[in-house]
Amino acid sequence: MFEILEKKQLNEQVTAMTISAPFVAKKVKPGQFVIIRIDEKGERVPLTVADFDSNKGTLTIIFQAVGFTTKKLATLNKGDFITDCVGPLGQPTEFKAPQKAIVIGGGVGCAIAYPQAKALHNMGVDTTVIAGFRNRDIVILEEEMRNVSDSYFVTTDDGSYGRKGFVTDVLKELIEKDTYDLVIAIGPIPMMKFVSKATEQQAIRTIVSLNPIMIDGTGMCGGCRVKVGGEVKFACVDGPDFDGHQVDYDELMRRNGLYREEEAHACRMEGVLNG
Amino acid sequence: MADMSPVKNKMPEQEPLVRNKNFEEVALGYTEEMAIAEANRCLNCKNKPCVSGCPVNVKIPEFISLVAKGDFKAAYEKINETNSLPAVCGRVCPQERQCEGKCVRGIKGESVAIGRLERFVADYYMNNCEANVPQIKENGKKVAVIGAGPAGLTCAGDLAKKGYKVTVFEAFHTPGGVLVYGIPEFRLPKKIVADEIEGLKKLGVEIMTDMVIGKILSIDEIIDMGYEAVFIGSGAGLPMFMGIEGEGSVGVYSANEFLTRINLMKAYLSDYATPIKKSNSVAVVGGGNVAMDAARCAKRLGAEHVYIIYRRGEEEMPARKEEIHHAKEEEIEFKLLCNPTKIISDEKGYVTAIECIKMELGEPDSSGRRRPVEVEGSEFTIPVDSVIMALGTSPNPLLRITTKGLEANKKGCLVVDENMQTTKQGVYAGGDAVTGAATVILAMGAGKTAANSIDEYLKSK
Repeated sequence: MFEILEKKQLNEQVTAMTISAPFVAKKVKPGQFVIIRIDEKGERVPLTVADFDSNKGTLTIIFQAVGFTTKKLATLNKGDFITDCVGPLGQPTEFKAPQKAIVIGGGVGCAIAYPQAKALHNMGVDTTVIAGFRNRDIVILEEEMRNVSDSYFVTTDDGSYGRKGFVTDVLKELIEKDTYDLVIAIGPIPMMKFVSKATEQQAIRTIVSLNPIMIDGTGMCGGCRVKVGGEVKFACVDGPDFDGHQVDYDELMRRNGLYREEEAHACRMEGVLNG
Repeated sequence: MADMSPVKNKMPEQEPLVRNKNFEEVALGYTEEMAIAEANRCLNCKNKPCVSGCPVNVKIPEFISLVAKGDFKAAYEKINETNSLPAVCGRVCPQERQCEGKCVRGIKGESVAIGRLERFVADYYMNNCEANVPQIKENGKKVAVIGAGPAGLTCAGDLAKKGYKVTVFEAFHTPGGVLVYGIPEFRLPKKIVADEIEGLKKLGVEIMTDMVIGKILSIDEIIDMGYEAVFIGSGAGLPMFMGIEGEGSVGVYSANEFLTRINLMKAYLSDYATPIKKSNSVAVVGGGNVAMDAARCAKRLGAEHVYIIYRRGEEEMPARKEEIHHAKEEEIEFKLLCNPTKIISDEKGYVTAIECIKMELGEPDSSGRRRPVEVEGSEFTIPVDSVIMALGTSPNPLLRITTKGLEANKKGCLVVDENMQTTKQGVYAGGDAVTGAATVILAMGAGKTAANSIDEYLKSK
């Protein structure tokens, strides 16, 4: 059992939780994920670790209440326990030694982009963060991101906060003006696809973090397979980070939609959840 | 005088067209009378070929004569001397290739139903007897076991009985390995696995779940924690795919994924959160037990057509005979001597059909089975909305990659000597992690051998 030590609502849909998981916290590195299961009848859900404190033995996960499990998780509070937290899974991000990096987070993807920006910043890399949201109400982690970046840009689709437009608009301007040798993009699949497209021409090394359907997280089910550079890779063990220029985003998007109907059905079970 | 009836006493089963709609156990087990009648078919012959056919050398004629006498508890204790999971083995061992394959009665007629008797005895004991917890003299030495599947559990149980303090590290949230994620409820009820594991806990075995060794702890760190020996029973978890066109389509699964959703995550029960896609027409590619399990699960989930697509003939199928028989009874459709060439999908990427090519059998290959050869121009398609790949599995490379000094062969299987000792001192391995995908009983045999070797090693240390 893993205790929830802190809970913070970042916006209406996005929650941050700090969980006691001493063994995992000791080993986890930026880019890695855990699989959690809330209770005995729960499903296994992969969540990238947003922050951790190895000394205190804690992990922070940030999630958007979109499916049955994340909605249920959002109802838990400080002092509650979740049944399982397995990790650290996947490969840590390979930053290598960049000079000047751009970290892009789209929506709740900022939660995963944050530890990346923090790690780069701590390495002394000149780090720019571009955070994109649909509107002002769902902006998260602004202060945290500002604290770990040299420059910070925020965009909203409707222009209600920061700059109106997409993260790629800012990205294109930046890479035209200046030379960057690393771009990390984490967010919705179309965003990662278009970021990768934008950086391809200048051949800027681009890392994307994928979050496909998976069960075990150790290479056993193959549900998370993605095509990268024409080869089949398992996101859970080979990733979740991949070369953004090599990923077959269209296939990934199709495969990720598989349980949408079942998910809608599970949402109807909410009566059980709230009642 | 033995009962000379040439056929086994039949074991009651659920009706095929009833059971292919539920997940309850297919076989219902012998009654006491049936068990005694079957036990009377054993000749109790002197040279006991059946025992030599058993990977853990269960004292078969001895336990069977105890059954004939009606002393089922003593029969259980006799089996338990060499087999710590009889309720499991009675259900999932390929008896026709082991004990029963060697039975003298099988020369003229059917062998003694050793598997059914083992199952009966184990079930009788579980339902009627108070388990004896043996007096264990603890020796104060700690051993770590990685993987709570058949190999690891057997090794842990044997070591605990010898006085070791054993900790089992399991990656999943539930111990049991393939017994819980792979083999379906209708063939091996999970209650039985849970009972066996409770038995181990009573012996003092500690089981830590959610521990992916190689990630959360390395083997060297485990040794530094004071474990004097390590047994690796991490199985063969990596699924294989064919590498054909369309395998990335929506609705193509590995059998591991499909079966894990059903067996471990209980996706077929409405009060469990894990989803599973309902399919109308399913192709399962492969001819082993896993293929049969996947096909029979798909049928139970409501698919109208479930096909087994296998590139050789029925004779060459590696599945247990009983599983093939049960699958056919349950209206699984066998497409033998054909091999998938591509998976066809619609504009949204959803599977709509599988294209296959007919095969014929040529010369025997390295496995001794006749090699299937494509019949040119014989392609045909079967309309399906799901494809399940049950092509076999290979060991997970995680431990090999993260442990210095641990060698594996080209197939990724850990290299061990005859004592199950790996290339790293104090580290032993067995089961599918060493052999590649094989059977529960072979894994148990390896766990047993390793327990003895670890005992020898630590005594001499």
